[in-house]
Amino acid sequence: MSVLWILLLPMAGILLPVLFARAGRTVTAWLTALMPALALALLLQQAPDVFAGTVPVYSAPWVPLLGLQLSLHLDGLAFLFCLLILGIGLLIILYARYYLSEEDNMGLFYTYLLFFMVAMLGVVLSSNLLQLWLFWELTSISSFLLISFWWHKSEARKGARMALTVTGFGGLALLGALLLIGHVTGTYELREVLTMGHVLRNSEYYPAILALFLLGAFTKSAQFPFQFWLPHAMAAPTPVSAYLHSATMVKAGVFLLARFYPVLAGTDAWFVAVSLTGMATMLVGAYIALFKHDLKGLLAYSTVSHLGLITLLLGLGTDLAAVAAVFHIINHAVFKASLFMAAGIIDHESGTRDMRKLNGLWKYMPWTATLAMVAASSMAGVPLLNGFLSKEMLFSETLHQSTLGALSWWIPLLATAGGAFAVAYSLRFMHDVFFNGEPIDLPRTPHEPPRYMRVPVEVLVVLCLLVGVFPQFMVGDILDTASMAVLQSTLPQYSLAVWHGFNFPLLMSAMAIVGGLTLYINRRHLFDFQVQFADRDAKHVFEGMVQRLIAGVTRLHQWLDDGSLQRSMFLLILLALLVSAAPLFELVNTVGRHPQLPINWVVGFCAALMIAATFVTLWWSHLRLVALIALSVVGLIVSIAFAYFSAPDLALTQLSVEVVTILLFLLALFFLPQKSPTIDSKLTIIVRDFSVAALFGSVVGTICYAMLTRPLDTISDFFVANSKPGGGGTNVVNVILVDFRGFDTLGEITVLGIAALGIYKLLAQMLVSMPSADSKGYRWSKERHPFLLAVVSQSLLPLALLVSAYIFLRGHNMPGGGFIAGLITAIALIQQYVAHGVVWMKERMPINYLGLIASGLLIATLSGLGSWAFGHHFLTTWFDHFHLPLVGEFELASAMVFDFGVYLTVIGATLLILANLGKLTTSERLQAGDN
Amino acid sequence: MLQHLPVLPLLIPLLAGILLLMPPIATTLRRQQWAGTLFALLQLGAAASLLWHVDQHGTLVYAMGGWQPPFGIILVADRMATLLSVLTAILLLCVQLFSSAGEDQQGKFLHPLLMFQALGIQGAFLTGDLFNLFVFFEVLLIASYALLIHGGGAQKTLANVHYVTLNLAGSALFLFALGIMYGTFGTLNMADMQQKAALINPNDVRLANAGAMLLLVVFGLKSAMLPLHFWMPRAYSAAPAPVAALFAIMTKVGIYSLWRVHCGIFGDNAGDLANIAQPWLWPLAWLTVVIGIIATLASKTLRELTANLVIISVGSLLLMVALNTREATASGLYYLVHSTLATALMFLVAGLIIGQRGKAEDRFVQARPVVQPALLGALFFLAALALIGMPPISGFIGKALMLKAALAGGQAGWIWPPILLASLAALLMLSRSGGTLFWRARGDHSDGKRVQPTQIAAVAILVITLPTMVIFAGWITEYAQLAASEMTRGVDLSLLGGDDA
Repeated sequence: MSVLWILLLPMAGILLPVLFARAGRTVTAWLTALMPALALALLLQQAPDVFAGTVPVYSAPWVPLLGLQLSLHLDGLAFLFCLLILGIGLLIILYARYYLSEEDNMGLFYTYLLFFMVAMLGVVLSSNLLQLWLFWELTSISSFLLISFWWHKSEARKGARMALTVTGFGGLALLGALLLIGHVTGTYELREVLTMGHVLRNSEYYPAILALFLLGAFTKSAQFPFQFWLPHAMAAPTPVSAYLHSATMVKAGVFLLARFYPVLAGTDAWFVAVSLTGMATMLVGAYIALFKHDLKGLLAYSTVSHLGLITLLLGLGTDLAAVAAVFHIINHAVFKASLFMAAGIIDHESGTRDMRKLNGLWKYMPWTATLAMVAASSMAGVPLLNGFLSKEMLFSETLHQSTLGALSWWIPLLATAGGAFAVAYSLRFMHDVFFNGEPIDLPRTPHEPPRYMRVPVEVLVVLCLLVGVFPQFMVGDILDTASMAVLQSTLPQYSLAVWHGFNFPLLMSAMAIVGGLTLYINRRHLFDFQVQFADRDAKHVFEGMVQRLIAGVTRLHQWLDDGSLQRSMFLLILLALLVSAAPLFELVNTVGRHPQLPINWVVGFCAALMIAATFVTLWWSHLRLVALIALSVVGLIVSIAFAYFSAPDLALTQLSVEVVTILLFLLALFFLPQKSPTIDSKLTIIVRDFSVAALFGSVVGTICYAMLTRPLDTISDFFVANSKPGGGGTNVVNVILVDFRGFDTLGEITVLGIAALGIYKLLAQMLVSMPSADSKGYRWSKERHPFLLAVVSQSLLPLALLVSAYIFLRGHNMPGGGFIAGLITAIALIQQYVAHGVVWMKERMPINYLGLIASGLLIATLSGLGSWAFGHHFLTTWFDHFHLPLVGEFELASAMVFDFGVYLTVIGATLLILANLGKLTTSERLQAGDN
Repeated sequence: MLQHLPVLPLLIPLLAGILLLMPPIATTLRRQQWAGTLFALLQLGAAASLLWHVDQHGTLVYAMGGWQPPFGIILVADRMATLLSVLTAILLLCVQLFSSAGEDQQGKFLHPLLMFQALGIQGAFLTGDLFNLFVFFEVLLIASYALLIHGGGAQKTLANVHYVTLNLAGSALFLFALGIMYGTFGTLNMADMQQKAALINPNDVRLANAGAMLLLVVFGLKSAMLPLHFWMPRAYSAAPAPVAALFAIMTKVGIYSLWRVHCGIFGDNAGDLANIAQPWLWPLAWLTVVIGIIATLASKTLRELTANLVIISVGSLLLMVALNTREATASGLYYLVHSTLATALMFLVAGLIIGQRGKAEDRFVQARPVVQPALLGALFFLAALALIGMPPISGFIGKALMLKAALAGGQAGWIWPPILLASLAALLMLSRSGGTLFWRARGDHSDGKRVQPTQIAAVAILVITLPTMVIFAGWITEYAQLAASEMTRGVDLSLLGGDDA
């Protein structure tokens, strides 16, 4: 349980600083430190157990499908890292209290810092692969927030984005690697995975796993060629840099290498990839560090170099090298954190970090200078300091490998060269800043920092010394347990003594120091040599790459998506053609077994007329009126066909829909140009579209033919059989509409209602003016509403209403029903509009069509809900037969109420659309503000 | 009331839409806002209790008009349908709240249309009848046509012309495909079809095949599958923010229908017709992700970027449909819910940004700073994490689940590269655009609209649901697995007791 609290306590504290930021800076800092301090105490309380070899664990189920579970363990490696993260983290909190200025949002800063701390703790404590990845990604996110803390600076924004992109990329690779590991081993629990190294190494996935895994680890720990993001992360406030470069972030990468060392290391591929990358990183980092004028830049590249060193050690693959790697992780964390904090103090008190200006600071801040020089000596690997010990171990290990065959001697040589450069840049840090003459126009006169700003540096520097002098006493236990965790086997024999006698590694150390001195003394020549190379800022290179990528992709995208509707439609039909034609190739019998009716001349004539009308519609589609008339011919013949093949309801519906549609079209065309603008498509496009249309048409025709010639074996028989006994009506079509499938009808009248609303919206936003003349330039007739038409239509109205009532009432048993009746009523009313005009109608028929739609829908819905009162399902109908004198036997059905709702909705929707379209250029037009 | 539970998520928005058009509610906007919110809450309550009930007691089938299936229309509330029904209800509530802060003054009927839109989506999820699905497709389409032009303007009208034209063609294909289905299956009840798929007359099998493939085109158009996706970014980035947020679930209706039809009816047990869509789906889904990545990198505004990220999520889901294993469907279902919520959140955030950035709106250009950088920045950050698929927001679980399902299905080589690269593209673009929108600001902030309380409420609901999905991911994925099994199995109609017939 306590292992859970080590994570939970800092997590609980994340929001404290930002919530209590008003309580003052010191209080905020204390509040921030509270939870990590408790966690540290808890951690130390576990120390005896961990050193004794027990591993506290905690686990709880989370997402079994994914293999993700809440699973924590505190083994030696996790313990070591927790100690670094919490210990150095607390020092950073103290340091930041004095580093941040009044303008900085301290609460937010501390919140980000704690977030980052929690993410790191999560990474090292995780014993579930996917949970590890979760926290791994959180470190990327939280470091992004920290690096971009001073977001008003362009370099902070670019640096943060670059860090996020590179580590985010690595995170995705790592996810792939971890999923593959889980797939191969069959478990996502780290403790089980760690026992299955042979399974992993022998799996066919091993190369992929290793590649993805190393991408993840190397991007995070800034290994060559991904080293470029790290130096730009120093755009962050210095406390962040100190934390990021020492105990966290980049260390997560080497932590990962160490964590999976037992299962992934030990192959040639691992050796080649890891040790060579480490070596390259170490040399490149050390070389570049020497030329950086920026204090933090020098330190940043030295971090790159030291991480390369650790990676190199892990790559060598011997047990002792792994121990050395763990040891150097500790040492580097300690001296690098103190160096960054010292650099921060110098920057803070003198106003610059440029080593060409910063000279001779010894006089102004002797105490800080002493501290910084001790730490820098440790970085250089000077004896009696901790850095020396791990570097000696490295030199010793480079001598004991032979994987490069006859060229194995390259490795110790290059390691010594790297050491020499480390000495050189450490010397530069010490000599250039604290001696080397007088400062050159500094913004401020430097002086010692506030007392407590120095405390963290002092603590760490003392640690450098103590570890350097009494290594076994200081870090013996922790190094043992951590190394055991890395090796997952017995510990090799090693000694942490300061003095091993005169041996080859000592000689290499001496060579490195002498070489470093020589390099530093001759630095002018080196600088002159380096100046010849263009100094490329990784930020700009990266930004340029991204911008080129985006520009290229944008061009590609414009080519792919030119915004043409024609192209979209072409692709739609083309895809439909391809997918539906493919199965037809395998259709053996197109013609079904259904007996075919003989063709008489009426049918033949109508079919020919319809085909001709279709072609006319297409051919003269640019002459809209002609096309419209031809289209109406198609509609009429379809109605006749329905009637001919005994579907009177469909014929009636089609006929009335046809009338309304044509009226609608005419009204719409009135506001449009009489001719389509003749933009000539390219001939190739015309041929393309024609071919696809013709082919798809033939596919549709074939399918229709095949369908129509097959005997239908459907559930329709049930409808015919149950129409009268179950639905109370002899007109099956109507009973289907209002009863069997009344729910569909309810949906469709809702569609009609919504369409009316949509058109209303569109018209209310539209401003068009009435064309003053027709296409040929003739002015409109002065007589707007011809007298004869007015009289005739007015006298027809009652008759039409009577017909619609009749059609409605008989609907359940004979062709008819609410839908058709509604259309007939609507047409009759539209006729009045046409004959008399909007104003005349408004005076005589103040009907709110919107209200009609809503009431129709409401009636239909409520009629369906009524069945609930009787314990039946929605839309269950009821009917019975009654007898009245004079009238005789008649039937009442609840479905008629539903049909009445349909009737009202149809009238309302049709008239709302047509009347408002007609009013568009009159004073009665809809206004955008109408309610 | 309990026996009518499955129909309530439909009836509530239907009645709500009608009542919002009538006095006394229609008379003032304030009444519409209050009533709309109330109805949205009711719908959420109904959907949630339906989900609870279905999870406890199994699938509910509701026979409309009491007519026995396959003769009448049935609603089928199984785990998958109810989960999406709850999702729709959550979305409607957020959108209703958000649009009460001023968007409803930009044009008429916004509140009733939102209700009708929800009706269409709920119907598409809950229906068990293919023709009824067509009807609800029409309801949701016609409502979306009307919503898309809300507020007016040339850009919206142009986008709408494309959207309407393509969808009309799509509806025609749908109807045609239904004719083929009815002719070959003799029924359009989906459960009935699922049982009959393997028993189709051998002479008719290829015809049914052609019909099923046309349905693939129809659902592909709806879900913005390549090469039918061109309408989508244009429409979504032109739509008003709350409308775009509600549209976030519309592409998912297409995915859902593919699952129901091409993994359910034409799934593993369909004999000659088993998995007929998959050979087409693989390359199309793969290319959809690729085109999504390209479009994402070429985005010029936040809404466009979000819409293009929808293409990526659609492509990823299509890959899961193509994979068609239980794990793939369950993973896809989790990811679907997540990506809908995340997309909706980002569209709403884009709406807030547009309100505060003056003429620059949400274009990625240097402009004046927003009025409330801390609030909007934090919201953008959360939504971005969700869309990229980074922890601690639910995207990472969905992404990892899909990658794992691909690995288990032996298709990692196909599926991993596009999904991983898509995450990287999203990361790159969202970090760049966030930097431009919030950090590269110049000058004083314009006097934009401060975020209204109802907008806060809307966004807060989405912000809370996302981490909730992480905490309860175990429960949700277990539920999704059961839902996936149910879908492959289908509903056994012979076990149903009738109401009265």
